[in-house]
Order: sequence, then structure tokens, then C-alpha cells
Amino acid sequence: MPKLTMVQAINLALHQEMEKDESVLVMGQDIGKNGGVFRLTDGLQDKFGEDRAIDTPLAESAIIGSAIGMAINGLKPVAEIQFSGFSYLTLGQLEGNAARFRNRTLGKFTVPLVLRMPFGGGVRALEHHSESKETYYAHTAGVKTIIPSTPQTAYRLLLGAIRDPDPVVFMEPKHSYRAFKEEFEADGEAMELGKARIVQEGTDITVISWGAMLHRTEKVIEDVVDKHGVSVELIDLQSIAPMDAQTIADSVKKTGRAVIVQEAQKTLGPASEIISLINDNALMYLEAPVKRVTGYDIVMPYFARENNQIPSIERITDAIEETLAF
Amino acid sequence: MPSKVIARFDVSYLQILDENGKVDKGLEPKLPREKLLEMYRVMMRARRLDERLLKMQRQGRVGTLPVSVGQEASSGAAAMAMAEEDWFVGSYREVAGRIAMGEEMHKPMLIYGGFEEGNYNEDIPRLLPLAVILGSQIPHAVGIAYASKLRGEKSAVLAFNGDGAASEGDWHEALNFASVWKSPSVFVVQNNHWAISTPLSKQMNSETIAQRGIAYGMPCLQVDGNDALAVYKATKEALDRARKGEGPTLIEALTYRMLMHTTADDPKKYRSDEEAEEWKKRDPITRFKIYLQGKKLWNDKKEAELEEEIKQEIDAAVKYYENFKEFKLDQPFDHQFGTEVASLVEQRAEYNKYAR
Repeated sequence: MPKLTMVQAINLALHQEMEKDESVLVMGQDIGKNGGVFRLTDGLQDKFGEDRAIDTPLAESAIIGSAIGMAINGLKPVAEIQFSGFSYLTLGQLEGNAARFRNRTLGKFTVPLVLRMPFGGGVRALEHHSESKETYYAHTAGVKTIIPSTPQTAYRLLLGAIRDPDPVVFMEPKHSYRAFKEEFEADGEAMELGKARIVQEGTDITVISWGAMLHRTEKVIEDVVDKHGVSVELIDLQSIAPMDAQTIADSVKKTGRAVIVQEAQKTLGPASEIISLINDNALMYLEAPVKRVTGYDIVMPYFARENNQIPSIERITDAIEETLAF
Repeated sequence: MPSKVIARFDVSYLQILDENGKVDKGLEPKLPREKLLEMYRVMMRARRLDERLLKMQRQGRVGTLPVSVGQEASSGAAAMAMAEEDWFVGSYREVAGRIAMGEEMHKPMLIYGGFEEGNYNEDIPRLLPLAVILGSQIPHAVGIAYASKLRGEKSAVLAFNGDGAASEGDWHEALNFASVWKSPSVFVVQNNHWAISTPLSKQMNSETIAQRGIAYGMPCLQVDGNDALAVYKATKEALDRARKGEGPTLIEALTYRMLMHTTADDPKKYRSDEEAEEWKKRDPITRFKIYLQGKKLWNDKKEAELEEEIKQEIDAAVKYYENFKEFKLDQPFDHQFGTEVASLVEQRAEYNKYAR
């Protein structure tokens, strides 16, 4: 198997699942002939036709709204929102309807749809193309919010999302789309949603991150390990909602220290919830206060300054070293 | 500046049964006797159910609720034009339409009594629950229709909303999607002239809502929404076209909300009694009764029998509702997701410890 980027991995997952299950379709702006602005849906329209790879009019709320109808009537739509910055127009339908149909009708009408969207900074784009607002979705009961970090996990988590019986918001860290390639198994195996992934085991400190920040954090950890000879456990959160309290608690009980690295702004970001979970489940095991490295509570700056908003190598290093030294 | 006309459009209006119950023979649909009687029965059951629900609300036996009095033809006759395989996507002012679909009367009582259990009908798989967020149901209708079309089914979707919801972005977006996709859907706008306290004149500056269909490239017309025959005929033709693959239609049904928006407002505060009195003369049920009497299909004896039958049906529904005591307290935890979620298992345990 050749090495693949995340873009290729997601594209492959869509190809395979549409081949396997004819109720799966993709829809969104420019996803057909153009293959999506990031080419995630490349080739799908050629292979499956315009009816199953739908170039929609430009209206985010109707994209998810019609996808809800399709899902109610037996399809499994995978809708793409071009950038997460435009996805807030889907929030009304997501919170008001997609998230509620199952409960509203006691399981009679369900909405198995996936809302895919690239998010996060680092691509020198215009305003609204760089923020990390996973909290909006994670705070919606009835919806699962997933963020993959690697080609292999993006492939498996997307298969898991499509096969899930409920709405899933699938946020793709666009900075990682083509940042690296990875050895890859395209075996059609889905990954269970709701589980964090232990990237590397360790005993001295737990570091939790997700999306593009995971890779920056990995680099920091290599240096910290080299410099201090410590053993670091790195967790890829993957599932923002539901959150894997068990894996987090087990790790912190073992290490007694934790640092969380998130690209999203500070207040009420996923890190806040992780700290609460540690408080609930592992407080008495802590040997140092839990630290979080996050964006600030400011509007996402244009890209000339965005490097100061996104957690830097230096900030992550300081947080880990301070927590180790406490 | 030199210019030329590149397009011209018309909006037509259909009325078959005028407000005095006089029928236009040329336009009268040829409906079997049973269908006409059923149409009357549906509208009467809806009217009486609304009246009882209102009474129950005033007695504190159910919570806040909207009523549809005056709009029995615009949703009821439309729903009666549906085929078995069609879907019904409503808002919350289609009591008659839901009754025509076969919904039992205890269902709305359960909803307005605070139970999700009122929202689904095991035996009516193509009836969607109430949609409370205005206009948000219209894109769903388009998606449902798309799925049917993709599978090659001969099935259409009948969707409802009001004049207020026709200002919502979702409504406009959905009509555009429906037209681009040639989606087998029919959109009935019950223009009852009031969105709570907002009159049509403050809702829009268009002459009709129907003409918006022209903008989106779909057939459209305005009908007398208090004329069951006109509503039926327009909807039937539109649904037939949709099922034949000829795309969506927009029907604006002119009607009037005779009572309050919900039990939480008083129309006297924002509109005149005179206006309401004027519309009373155009009552959809009264004129349909005159029509039936003219055809010798109806008389006082039949009316009395029907009233008694409806009273018994409503009494039975109230009894069902009042006896609905064995509900499962932790049911909300059953239906958040179709898969088990660990945090909810934990939270359910805490909920159950305190739930009463």
C-alpha cells in the first residue's frame, strides 16, 4: 500500500463506502466536477454520477436541511461545508432538527448524516477560513463531533461516522490535509466513535491534543524527551463529543500530570471539559495543576498574526516543562 | 435607455366554491360522494378537536398550544389529495391535514401535554412530526423528495408552512433547491394573514407569496384556501405532476387564522374585530356544508350524527390522554443516540436517582 495524505485517505474512504453502500451520497458546493475546493471528493461524480455526488446551490442551511430529509428517507448523506467558517449557517438545522429527530420521535425518524468541514489555521487564507469552533458542535446534544489527526485515523473515523446511526460533525484539520503521508491500510475497517487514541504510552506526564495541534505537540514531546529523559503519554482525543473520560482518567491516574493543547480559543474549549473530567475522575492522583495551551479569547486574527493565536512550539514546551517541574 | 421585455409572468387564482357555497360548475372536480363527505368530516373533526384543545388549555389540562380554526380546508383538503405513498411535512397549524392523514386525536393532546410520545404514529410512517422552527421543515421536504426520486419511487412530498415562514431563509433556499433538483415536492403556504401579531403588510412587500415560485422557476398559483375544492384540485394536480417527474409547485392558500396564534396571545391586542368578523363569513366549513346540502348529500340529521360521533371520538382521546400515566421517566436517555454513550449511561444513573 502506498503512503497517503489525509486528503487521499478521506477520498478513498468516500469511494469505498459509496461503492459498498448505495444509500451513501456526497453533496455540497463544488464537490462534483471540481472535486471540492480541497479535492476531498475528487472523482466521485465521475464514478457515481451527478445524483450521488451532488453539486448543490450555494446555501449551507439548505445543504444540511435537505440532507436531513434524505437521511430521514433512507439515505446516508455526507455533506461538505466548504470551510467551517461558513458552517454556522448550518447550526440552526443541526441543533434544531438533525440533533433532535431521534429523540423527538422516540427513534422512529433518525438522521444518519455526516457534515464534513475543514477547520483550523495555518493555510494563509482569508477571514473565516482559519478558526477552530468545535465547541459549537460539541455542545449540541444528539450530535457527535469528531476530529481526525492522521490519514489512517481520518479514513477509519470517517467510515465510523458514515456508518453511525446519528448525525456526526466531522471536522478535518486542513493544515494536516497534505502536511505528511503515512503508511496506510485501506481495509474498510471503521474506528469506533467516542474513543481517544493513545499515540504513545508513557508514565511521567499525559499530553492531550487533537487535529493539527497533535503533530506540533508530537514534535515538542520528542525534544522534551531528548532533553529531560522523561516518559510522555500522548493522547489523540479524536472524539470531542462524546469525550472518552475513561482513557483520560486512566492515563492521568498513571502519570499524575497533564497538559492539554488545543487550537480553539480558551474559554469553554474542549480543554475546559477535559480538566473537569480529570477533576471528576482523577483529582487525587494529580501531582501538579493541569495546564492548557490554547488560543486566546479573541477573534481569529488574519494570517499575518495567526501564528500568535495558534499554540506555538515555545508555548507548548513551556507548559510541559513547567508541569513536569512542579 | 433602450430596453426590451425578456420575460413576462402571470399568477393565477383559483376559486371553485365561493363564500356563499356557490360552485363553479366548470371547475368543479368530479369527486365521488364518499370523498366529499370525508372532506367535510375531516374539517369538522379538526374544528371540534381544536375547540376542545382550547378548552383543555384553559382548564390547565394541557400546556400552550396553537389552534388552526379557520384553516381546515387549506391543510385538510390538501392532505386529502395525497396518494398512499406521499409524505406529509407540516409545521404546526395543520390539524385538519394531520387528521386527514389518519393521526389519532390523542396525539396532539400528548404533545401539548408535554410528551414526545405524541410525535410519532406507528401506522403512518410518512407523517413527519410538528416543526416548531418556522420554515426549517421545508428543506427536509426537499431532501425526502430527493431520496424518493433517487430510488425511482413514484412518491411526492406535501409540505406546509405559513406566511411568516415564507420570509425565512430556509424556505427560500429550499424552494430553490427543489426547483434545481426537480424535486417531487409541493409547497402549500397557508397564508393566514398574521404571524402572531405581524400582519402580512409588515411581513412582505410582494403582491402574492405565490409569485415567489416564478422567481424559483416552478409553477405556482394562489387559491382560495377556505375553498376545499380549490385547495384539493390545485394540490392534486401538483402532486400528480410531481410524481410524474415534472418537479415542484408552490401553492399559496389564502386563509385566515380565526383565533389566536397560540393560547399565549390575545388577537384583540393587534387586530380588529371587524376583520375577524369579515373572515367568519368565508368560513371553509360553512360553505362546504352548503355545497353538500345543495348536492343533497347532507342534512340536519346527518349533522347531528356526525357531531355525536366526533364528540365520542374526542372524549375517547381525552380519556386516553388523561390515563397516560405510565410514562417512562428516563425515556429521554433512550433516544439521544442509537449507540451507547458512556457519559450518558453515567448521567442516566444520576437522573434516575432524583427523577420524579
